[in-house]
Amino acid sequence: MENNKIRGAEAVLQSLIKEDVTTLFGYPGGAIMPIYDALYGFRDSVNHILVRHEQGAIHAAQGYARTSGKVGVCFATSGPGATNLITGLADAMIDSTPVVCITGQVASHLLGTDAFQETDVIGISMPVTKWNIQVTKAEDVAAAIARAFYIARTGRPGPVLVDITKDAQFGLTEFHYPLTQKIRSYSPWPKLCVEAVKSAAELINSAKKPYILVGQGVILSNAEEEFLHFVNHTGIPVASTLLGLGALSADHPLYVGYLGMHGNYAPNVLTNECDVLIAVGMRFDDRVTGNVSKYAKQAKVIHIDIDASEINKIIPADVGIVSDAKAALTELSKWCNKSFHTDWRNEFSRLDKLEHEAVINSAVQPTSLELRMSEVIHLLSEQSKGDLVVVSDVGQHQMITSRYFKYKQPRTNITSGGLGTMGFALPAAIGAKLGNPTKKVVAVIGDGGFQMTLQELGTIMQFNIDVKILILNNNFLGMVRQWQQLFFEERYSFTDIQNPNFLKIAEGYKIENQKIENRAELNAAIETMLAHDGAYLLEAVVEAQENVFPMMETGAAVNEIRLN
Amino acid sequence: MENSAFNISIFTENSIGILNRITIIFTRRHLNIESITASVSEVEGVYRYTIVVNTSLDQVKKVVGQIEKQVEVLKAFYHVDDEVVYQEIALYKVATNKLLNGSSERILRAHNARILTIEEGFTIIEKTGHPEELKRLFNELKGFGILEYVKSGRVAISKPMKTLETYLNELN
Repeated sequence: MENNKIRGAEAVLQSLIKEDVTTLFGYPGGAIMPIYDALYGFRDSVNHILVRHEQGAIHAAQGYARTSGKVGVCFATSGPGATNLITGLADAMIDSTPVVCITGQVASHLLGTDAFQETDVIGISMPVTKWNIQVTKAEDVAAAIARAFYIARTGRPGPVLVDITKDAQFGLTEFHYPLTQKIRSYSPWPKLCVEAVKSAAELINSAKKPYILVGQGVILSNAEEEFLHFVNHTGIPVASTLLGLGALSADHPLYVGYLGMHGNYAPNVLTNECDVLIAVGMRFDDRVTGNVSKYAKQAKVIHIDIDASEINKIIPADVGIVSDAKAALTELSKWCNKSFHTDWRNEFSRLDKLEHEAVINSAVQPTSLELRMSEVIHLLSEQSKGDLVVVSDVGQHQMITSRYFKYKQPRTNITSGGLGTMGFALPAAIGAKLGNPTKKVVAVIGDGGFQMTLQELGTIMQFNIDVKILILNNNFLGMVRQWQQLFFEERYSFTDIQNPNFLKIAEGYKIENQKIENRAELNAAIETMLAHDGAYLLEAVVEAQENVFPMMETGAAVNEIRLN
Repeated sequence: MENSAFNISIFTENSIGILNRITIIFTRRHLNIESITASVSEVEGVYRYTIVVNTSLDQVKKVVGQIEKQVEVLKAFYHVDDEVVYQEIALYKVATNKLLNGSSERILRAHNARILTIEEGFTIIEKTGHPEELKRLFNELKGFGILEYVKSGRVAISKPMKTLETYLNELN
């Protein structure tokens, strides 16, 4: 019998093989050594990427999950290894990203003794995981991992953590992988209520000014086709949340723009003029709604979300549809009439024209001496025809990227939305490239955020990851500086940041690089970066005190968004 | 929206950490749990929590939504006091010699309380009821000098309710 038995550590790897895991990210350490030892035997079938910090591992796993649609996987050791995952877990939790983290833990007899590198990772990670479990016996490894994958990818996806004690990794067990298909207390596929869909259709069919808000839910449920059909059929204008960008191509005639605090003018203003608001797979984040008490009060609200607790959480729904977006949209299209809404759409065009005159024209074709972030992103979008995976970090450049890059396909916009994690982009871009190797991946990062995780350049070097890094360097922590300028009487408290020589850093990691400061160099520099075979770092020095407009101030309603 | 007391009943799988997952939902919203009771339910392997919290209807709806969302929670409900039958239990430790003044029989009868033990130095009285009833006995016994007092959390059963089995069958 002993011959049929394997160590718990090997059961971890066998389980990952059963889940078709081909790529994972991690960093070894004492309490996860048996798993790394088992990994040595699987190094031909599993591509393990050694990161430089565990936060890099989980952001890479997130990037991988977001571009591939598969579950991202990462390994970390106990104690500090595990605590370094927390930011990524919180990020994946709020952005509904399926990730499975496997952490080593001290031997079970040492639990609770303040042993070396012991932390209560189950306790610490509880608020930022969809589910977590500690495994103390080798025979429980397979079942725990099977559950972990099932929970991470089904329903509203999210991060899951499996903490495995060292004795469970060393212990012997027979291996049976119980592919999980059901958990009694968990219903990831809520039954679609056709009556609710019919009520929604009635509202839509009688609407004069219907308006669709699309979120990441459409991408997560692979419902882009059903969404496109619904939009084409009903002729209703569509605006997108930050994470919804790419669900509908920016080229689509019914696409009217990007929502929220730094979003486009028309989509924000007209939220307060529509008569029926159809929210699909989005959660009314405060950056989208502005002042909730003045949000779309005139409209009947239809809210489609797979997470029942999102309905009525922020904005009361006249019709709530708890469902996967794919199922809901398929059914909804059947009950909705063909329509065009020409007059209503013209209102968007009219306001769009205002935004072009006040903001966009000078942003993409500036006459100022210095480079502007907006023209860099505009040119990147034009040159690539939008055919890139763009991973943006957090801050002004992120808002600029969301405004001026024309996303045309789903899973090409990777950014930290809900949590706003500076330092996300560089490691996420590594994962994004491995998750979608056929597309060029460009990480757009500010000078501040780049320095939060720049150690991952080492990962890029060691594994030859073809990631283009575009640093928009304004030598400021720009978004905070903008707020200080507008709302804190220009008291620039610790936002002027002294930067290193980014090119020398790139050189240290053997990454091709270039720095530009003039408009004349921009076109060629982007061309060179995109054409380069392998990783590339382009530093664009941009106007130090550029502000992102339009802007919705704290407490302002969506229709009070400022153009300048 | 005005605050009032809500009785939240939660049915969960028997797993380590689920209580913590539930309580952090309250902590995160700066809500104080008035009382919490955990026990088995009529279905084997299913645990039942009764949580009392003072908050608004809007907030309790959201909290229950977040609780139900937890993977290992089978079902959660909220009710106002009128919709449930509930009890709490209190124990009062009083010096025995102080009780011998003649009025103790009247008090025990009036409050439907009972004596659990009489020792030379102390007597332990038990009463089950609503919190205000337990408080009334407390006030009356105060005159004798209460050496120790302890009160349980609430257990509550809602008046109109499908049986847990029905819900479980729906889930299966």
